Parts: sequence; structure tokens; C-alpha cells
Amino acid sequence: MQDNIQSSSYKQLEQKSKYTNMFLRWFLYFVLILFASYFIFPLYVMVVTSLKTMEEIRQGTLLSWPSGLNFDSWAVAWGGRGYGAGDTFLKPYFWNSIKMVVPAVFFSTLIGAMTGYVLTKWRFKGDSWVFLFLLFGCFIPFQAILLPMARTLGALGISNSIVGLVLVHTVYGIPFTTLFFRNYYVSVPTELVKAARIDGAGFFKIFFKILLPISAPIIVVTVIWQFTQIWNDFLFGSTFSFGEAAPIQVALNNMVLSSTSVKEYNVDMASAIIAGIPTLIVYVLAGKYFIRGLTSGAVKG
Amino acid sequence: MKTLKIEDLSKNFGSTEVLRKINLEIDEGNFLVLLGPSGCGKSTLLNIIAGLETINEGDVFIDDYNVSKVEPKDRNIAMVFQSYALYPSMNVRENMIFGLKQAKTSKEKIEQQLEKVSKFLQVDQLLERKPSQLSGGQRQRVAIGRALVREPRIFLFDEPLSNLDAKLRVEMRREIKKLHQQLKTTVVYVTHDQTEAMSLGTRIAIMNHGVIQQNDTPEMIYNKPSNTFVADFIGSPSMNLIKGNLKETSGEILFTASGSNFEIPIKDYEFKDKSNLNNKEVFFGLRPEHIFFKKSNDNDFEITLRADLSEYIGHEQIMTFDYANQEILAKFPSTIKIELAKETKLYFDLTQISLFNAQTQERI
Amino acid sequence: MFKWLEKNLPKIVMAPAVGLIGWFVYGFVLWTLYISFTNSKILPKYELWGFGQYEKLWASRKWLISVDNLLVFTALFLIFCIVIGIILAIFLDQKIRAEGVLRTIYLYPMALSFIVTGTAWKWILNPTLGIQKMFIDWGFENFTFDWLVNREMAIYTIVIAGVWQSAGFVMALFLAGLRSVEDEIVKAAKIDGAGLFTVYWRILLPMMRPVFFTSFVILVHISIKSYDLIVALTQGGPGISTTMPALFMTQAAFHKSQVGLSAASAMMMFMAVAAVIIPYLYSELRRENAR
Repeated sequence: MQDNIQSSSYKQLEQKSKYTNMFLRWFLYFVLILFASYFIFPLYVMVVTSLKTMEEIRQGTLLSWPSGLNFDSWAVAWGGRGYGAGDTFLKPYFWNSIKMVVPAVFFSTLIGAMTGYVLTKWRFKGDSWVFLFLLFGCFIPFQAILLPMARTLGALGISNSIVGLVLVHTVYGIPFTTLFFRNYYVSVPTELVKAARIDGAGFFKIFFKILLPISAPIIVVTVIWQFTQIWNDFLFGSTFSFGEAAPIQVALNNMVLSSTSVKEYNVDMASAIIAGIPTLIVYVLAGKYFIRGLTSGAVKG
Repeated sequence: MKTLKIEDLSKNFGSTEVLRKINLEIDEGNFLVLLGPSGCGKSTLLNIIAGLETINEGDVFIDDYNVSKVEPKDRNIAMVFQSYALYPSMNVRENMIFGLKQAKTSKEKIEQQLEKVSKFLQVDQLLERKPSQLSGGQRQRVAIGRALVREPRIFLFDEPLSNLDAKLRVEMRREIKKLHQQLKTTVVYVTHDQTEAMSLGTRIAIMNHGVIQQNDTPEMIYNKPSNTFVADFIGSPSMNLIKGNLKETSGEILFTASGSNFEIPIKDYEFKDKSNLNNKEVFFGLRPEHIFFKKSNDNDFEITLRADLSEYIGHEQIMTFDYANQEILAKFPSTIKIELAKETKLYFDLTQISLFNAQTQERI
Repeated sequence: MFKWLEKNLPKIVMAPAVGLIGWFVYGFVLWTLYISFTNSKILPKYELWGFGQYEKLWASRKWLISVDNLLVFTALFLIFCIVIGIILAIFLDQKIRAEGVLRTIYLYPMALSFIVTGTAWKWILNPTLGIQKMFIDWGFENFTFDWLVNREMAIYTIVIAGVWQSAGFVMALFLAGLRSVEDEIVKAAKIDGAGLFTVYWRILLPMMRPVFFTSFVILVHISIKSYDLIVALTQGGPGISTTMPALFMTQAAFHKSQVGLSAASAMMMFMAVAAVIIPYLYSELRRENAR
């Protein structure tokens, strides 16, 4: 162990590590870029295809660049052709989704925040059981509730309506929103609440004056999460609505599946992009909150 | 041949200069402590010796070989970390032999080393346990064992006692000292705790702002600090520094504190430079433990000061006196009763004083 | 009266959440469970019929294909997502210059809906105009890639699209896990002479056991629930070669008017999920309470 290493082999050690390091570095970047192409590829194809004419599509390949920036398919995807019957286009369904998402995100976030608050700052016997009780809702396969929900919506007279979808999304968002807020409030020191109670503040005052002001990060995470989940939903949308009240993902699917005469792939791609843009924008702008939601929600179980 | 030599070493992180032209040498078997407040660069220096940090300028030599560009594993060093850094998914045995296995040591040698070291550190009963099943003290011993099995030329310690509670810290400090006495290994040890440094080190390098303030034995650092920073950093409470002036008249040198009339004669003091002493602005340094309430020898200077505060520590008390509107602290046994707000006779042991240039803060 | 209100305010505020979940989750699941024991066809009937639906279910060829597809898909989905996720996480952990950009690229698919993903991949895998044509035009004249319409291979197209969507998520989990390891451990390993590969393989990855566990549970969960992606990519076809339990359930209820059968299939899915989730939640909560 106490070998005297010759100074020449010290030199060799220096050089060897320099070359292997360089090689490894190049290999690293190569692999990372390879995977990046796998991930970017579909987006590129979607955009490029939506800007081509059907002629160009038939003649070229997936990767080929469009000859010009042809936004016609976008216009058709959004506003249709103006034929009337049998012509689905995204505009009304886009607004349906907006009308559905906004209230659902709001209510589920509000309820989640208050429930998380109660569970962490007003402890009582059995509160972990209540949390577990609610948490379970994150995991159930929704197939187990589709049938009774369909009947209930019918009984309430709100089947095939945006209101119905708002109800569904609010309710099934509660487990997630509660999870986020509860995990966040758990790490807020209880001393804050105790000090406020000594000062005479009551239940709601503490919530609005003390907890809410420091809740910005988790509110962002929760809103982004809920927005993405609800905007991207298809199961509930397709099961509980059809026709005019449908949300955008359902409309997208219908458009793509409809086998009217000639398939217009460029319109399909444009529609897909339009349906995906809102969540994509949110992700690009607030990505790190998105990721924080994913990892914290998941890691904490 | 010096076991470790550092030549003109400089290191920056971006635009911040962390280490400035560091020069250091250690002989074999020495226990060098790098001492200083946080941010002084001591941990960076340690990491550079280990090869975990790059160098901007300068060189590091181990046994006279320039190891500045050599990988940590080839430098023949071992390190004990503040958090011990034991591998959580391996048991104690695997933790300790990991380095040996990486170096492709023969199985027999590995077993031999493991047995020797684990018995020596009394962790041989713990070999099958995982780090999470060990106490803080046990973890530390395993971390030391991991370093020991590799029989390195230099042991590096990065504040290993900082995570322990006070009592355990004192215990482990003694164990480390015993270890060093038995094994006579070369050690570089980083800490911010001056008591630790003084008790463990055979040499101490005090650092501040990336510069070594003084590199000396503990006795020299304690008795003859080379600047006011060292004087203040070492000792609890630290050395009293009284501002005043020197006067040189007919071969005699006298110190007068600002705002006071007492003239203290300076005799038998080793001046570095005896020129220009007249009217020089200085700090007069004297440790609290060198102020007495009773005359102990003839050279003691008698002075009368008013007592302002007393802090009882148990076996001793720390008293604050007013010296021409400057505070001066003294340490007395707690059995002595001194009345506050009254003038008391005190005795300065003038053989223990230090004088510092008030502008440069350097020892004169 | 107000005193009582004040004292019980927390419980009252919690009531909506508990009540809604109790009814819409637990209540509904129990209802579905009940119905699975009846002979309901178009409309629910409430006389118990024993295990008849379950017998019918497991005798159904379509259901057996669904389950088989689910197992194949889950296995491949898990393996590829975890392997790719780990590789990307380890590589990104190496102080890469464009880390932020690359992370965004690997993760953005998670922001898209399964319908968008399915639509895009359906086009890419188009037998005549998609990848096949691309390679042919590049000179590989005999290249075929008609997996999408091939009964044997169609299931693998779903794997390709699913992995594309979810691998980034696994990467994010592992990257977070790797980053949470204090760097003194890596320093100690370097001093011990471990090369980069050894550091990851023998030290860091073994420390990632909880992340493996979490990824596993979440991926299995996603897999069992697969519905949107199948609908968009293959509609369960060609024929019924890519049908999955979720698809079976919907079709039985809303197209085949077999409510009881559908309920039975839903309960099977429920039990599959429970089998994975319950042990996971149990160990997680125990770990949290131990702290």
C-alpha cells in the first residue's frame, strides 16, 4: 500500500484521465442528443405536417420541410370549412374546455387547500386516517365509478353538459389537491398558527391572513397540475358528454377518427397542436412548478 | 523530504479569491490543524490537497511528487468527512473495504487489514450492520476505519466532530488524539473550533480570508500570536487588546493606554524591529489568565481598576474591568470575591504580553 | 350555538371533501361492486346473481386478450421507462451545459394529452406515409414498418408512444433522487478510487430504492388505466388485437349494453390497482410515522 509511485506514472495517470474524460464527454452528449431527437421528433413532425399541403405530404416524407408556411389546415382545424353538417372543427369545443377547466380548477384547488389546512393545522384523533381515506381517491381506476356517475348525472339532469363535467372534475381533483396542500402545509411550522391563536385569530383568519399568503408556490403547482389533468382528460369527457358539450380532446379524437372521404393529415396535425398548445404553453412557462408537482406528489406518495 | 508541501497555491471561485498564495509544509507524523472561521478557505484547501478541487495557480507535493493534476485515488490519501459519508446501502465491512477493492488489493490483504483495523477501532462486532443501525460515535469510528485500512500517507479530516453533541465531541477528540499518538500518522485536520485545534494539533495554521495568518506550534500561537486576528481568535475569552501608545525615553520603553495615565514599562520583550518605537500607536495584548489578583512574582505590574461585571462559569469567573474606558477581562478562581463598582488592585504578568502595530495589526 | 360552531369548524370545513369523496369514490365503487354481482344488461338490476358476470368475464376471449395485452404492455412500458429514465437522469447529472433545455425536451410529452400523443404517433406510424415511407425514400427499398396495422405488432406501437410520453417523468424522479444525495458520499467514493460507473452502479443507484419503488407503482398505475392512448392510436385494433381492460369496460357498458359485465371488468381493474397501491401506501405512511 505504501508503494512509491514513480513520477513518470503520475504523468501517465494524468494523461490517461484527460483522454478518457474527453471521450466520455462526447459520448454523453451524443446519447443525450439522440434521445432528445426521439422526444422532439413527433413535435417536429406535427408542426411540419400541419404546414404542408396534402400533395406535399404524399410526395415527401415525415421529415421533409414544407415548401411554404401554409396555415390553411390550421384554419380548417379551428374554424372548419363552413359546410355546416358533418363538419367538426375545434373552436366551440376549445371554449367548452375553457368553461369546464376554469371552475373545476378553482373549486378543487379551494377545497383541497382548506382540507389540507384542516388536516395539518387542526389535528385531531384519526386525522391520518382521513388523509389516507382521501388519498385513496388519487389511485382508483375511474372505470370503477363511470357507471354510477353516468346515472347520477342523468338523475341530476346534468348529463351531457359542461356543468356535469365541472362536477366530475372537481370531485376527482380533490384527492390530488388535498395531497399537494397537505404536504406543503405539513412543513409550515405550527408555531405560526399557535402564535396567531394566542393573538386571538380564528380559523378562517389564520387561513386567509397567515397560510394563504405563503401558499403561492403550492397554489401554482396545484393549479398547473389540475389544469393539465382536466384539459387533457378524455375518459370523462367522452363518457359523460357527446356532441355539443364535448371538451376539446373528445372533439379532437372525433375529428381524427371521422372517416369522411379523404384523410387530411395536415388538418389532423393542426388540430392536435391546437388541442395541445394550452398545456404546452403552461409547461414551457412554468415548467419547474409542473415538475415540482410531479415529483413531490409522487415521491411523498 | 516533506510529506506534504504546498507552493504558492491560489484558488478562485469565479471572481472570488478563496485562497491566496498559500505556502505550507508538513513533516511526517505531524498533526496539522487548519483553523479558521467559516469562509476562510480551510475546507477548500483540504479539498485541493485531496484532489477534489482544481487549482488555479501553484502546486501540491506529496512526498516530493507533484500531485497537482493527479486523481484523488492515486494520491495515497484518505479522508474523513463531517457527515462521515458512509455508503448507506452497504454494511460496515463493505464500507471499509470498498477502497481496497477498488485498488484491486488481494483478498488476503483485504481481510488482514480489515481485521487489524476493525479490532483496533473496536468496530469488529459491527461489521454486518448498516450505517443506519449505528450510533454517531460508531459511525465516526467506521469512517476513520475506512481511512485507516488504506494506510495512506496523509489523513485528511474535514470537521469530523462538528455534527456531534458537546459531550461526544470531547470523547471523540480524545480518541482521535490517542489514535494519532499510537499510529503516528500524518494528519491534516480542518476545524473552526480553536479548543479542538489547540488540543489535537502539533502544528496549527490559522487562516482568514484565504491567507495563512500564522503557522506554528500551539504554544507559540497561544503565547506569541503574530497578529491581532490570531490573538483574538485563540483563547476563551480571547486576549485583551488595549489601544494606546509607546513612548521611548532614554532607553526605556513605556506603554500608555489611550485616556490613561499609567505608564507600563516594557522590559524583556522581543521586538521584531526596535526602530521607530516612539509615539507608535499599538495594541497592548494580555490574556485574561495572565491577570492576577495577588502578586505572584516581582515583575508583575500593579494597577488599580474598577470591576464592572462578573460571570460565574463554575470553576472560574470572568471579570470585566474598566481600563481608561476600555474593557479588560480577567479570569479568576470563583472562590475569590471581588466587589463590583469598586477599584481593585490587579497584577499584570508582563512576561506574557504581546504588542501589535495598531495600523497593520501585526506583532511588533 | 356559536361556541359549538367555533369548536367544530375544522371538521365542518373538512366535511365537503370527506363527504364528496366518500360518496363519489367509495360509494360509487361499492355500487359498481354490487352491480358486478347482478345480471344487469342495459339498465342496472338489483337482484344478486352471484359470480356469474365474473365467470362470463374470464370466459370471454376479448377479456383474456385485454389482460394479456395489459401484461405485455406493462412489462415493456415499465422496463423501457425505467431504463431510459435512469440513463437520462444519470447523464443529465453530469453537469451538462444545456441541462435545462434537455430536461424540458424530455419532459414536455407529459404536458400533452394521450389523445394528442396518440394522434401524433398514429401519423408517424402510418403504414404508407409514415416512417415506412421515410426509410424507403432514403434508399431502404424493402423497409416495412406496418406495425400499426399488424395484429401481432400493434401492441408494441402503444409501448413506443407510451414510453415517449412517460419516460421523462421517471427521469425527473431519478434526477431529483440523485441530486438529493449529499455530495460528500461521491467525494468519499472518488477518494476510494471508484470510477464513475462504479459510483453510480454500486453506490448511488442502490440508494435510489425508494425512487424505484415509487416509479414502479406510478407506472403500473398509469398502465392499468390506459384508455385514451389506445383509443387514439389503435381503437383497440386491428380487430381486437390491442384491446385493454379499460377499453373492454367502456365498450361493454356503452356499446354492448352489458352493464353487469362492465362492472365486473371495472372491479377487476380496481383490484389490480389496489394490489399495487395498498402495500405502497402502507409502507409510505409507516415510514412517515416512524420519523
